[in-house]
Amino acid sequence: MDVLWETDAPLTVREVSARLTERNLAHTTVMTVLDRLAKKGFAKRQRDGRAWRYCPAATRETYVTELMLTALDQTGDRTAALTRFAQSVSGVEADVLRGALEVLEGDGGRDEGSG
Amino acid sequence: MKGLADAALLAALAMGSVLGASALVQAHWPRRSPAAAILLWQALGLAGGLAAVGALISLGLPGDHLGVAHPLLHLGAVFPSAAFRLPVAFGMVNAVPTMLLLFRLACLAAGLALLASLCWVLIAASAAALQARRRQRALLALLAHGDPKVPGALVVDYPTAAAYCLPGLRSRIVVLSVGTLELLGRGELAAVLAHERAHLRERHDLVLLPFTALRRALPRSVMCAEAHRAVALLIEMLADDRALRGRPARELVSALVRFGTAGTCPAPAGALAAGEGDMTARVVRLLQPVRPLPAAASAAVCLAAGLLVAATMALLIL
Repeated sequence: MDVLWETDAPLTVREVSARLTERNLAHTTVMTVLDRLAKKGFAKRQRDGRAWRYCPAATRETYVTELMLTALDQTGDRTAALTRFAQSVSGVEADVLRGALEVLEGDGGRDEGSG
Repeated sequence: MKGLADAALLAALAMGSVLGASALVQAHWPRRSPAAAILLWQALGLAGGLAAVGALISLGLPGDHLGVAHPLLHLGAVFPSAAFRLPVAFGMVNAVPTMLLLFRLACLAAGLALLASLCWVLIAASAAALQARRRQRALLALLAHGDPKVPGALVVDYPTAAAYCLPGLRSRIVVLSVGTLELLGRGELAAVLAHERAHLRERHDLVLLPFTALRRALPRSVMCAEAHRAVALLIEMLADDRALRGRPARELVSALVRFGTAGTCPAPAGALAAGEGDMTARVVRLLQPVRPLPAAASAAVCLAAGLLVAATMALLIL
């Protein structure tokens, strides 16, 4: 997929294989992977003679944004699909918490100094 | 009339569960022993739902028995579904005042509808969660990579701090953004990983699922929203406790504060009301550790939870 994202023009299986030199993958493996990507909707393909040409369905950034929007959903866990480490806070609560952290770090410094 | 007495008892149990839930929202002890409190929440939810369904159905069924086996025998008499039962049903119209029959039919229908909708929202919420996770996994397979700083976790190139876990039977994934790796130190990252792995190991998502389903079903219900929020917070506290095993509280606290106040993501309107105070509650709890409930008190809470469900079941089945 990274190969497709890095190239502007649609690529054939052979071209993708050629760009994956360091992985040394079989032609059929690359073909299977590209076929799966197309079936899942991540890649689009078009006929070019006897071969398919593949290009990404959306940019990498689009997918990262989609992934992270779910992860950062602040309105609460609508689907209970994933559990976040912490929600972000702002305003007075954030100030109070920052203050608490400073006190904690101050203590930590003293502990290390005395120990 | 035993049927009416059963209905009254079940209705009382349902009301009691609601009252108990609102008391539990206010109570301070749950943060001392999150696990026991979560168990009590589950018992209140289960007993409340079943008792409400049972009360309605038992009002809807004639006769002096409520037990599950008996209503099935009576069902034909009330619900003229089978053609050969029709004469019996008409016979009953003569015997019982029509209004009473209509009332019973309405109660029965309401009870069955409640049962069906409770099952449906649970199924719908599970399906939505599974689908969202499948999409996340597919995207992560394309986008995520590993990082030696966080062994075993997946990293996504995104500047904002984000850390979450994707639970599941086959794959359990902890996901961190590059922003998180830049924000937190090594010890803090270890604390975050320990916290998320506790969620995954103990399947906290399954604990939360029924409460999420209820909140989705009744988005205007303050009670449902409060129950969901309380259980979600207790789950976080439980995972915090697990993360503290063998690590200093300082790492987790500083990870929480840095993470929560990174502030690169402005909160949308209305989000604060839902989240306000929960972070502070977690941090305060870590900074000033509260004694866990004495063993006897914990046992009493668990016993109460068990009795509540057992009593409801007994009324429904016997």
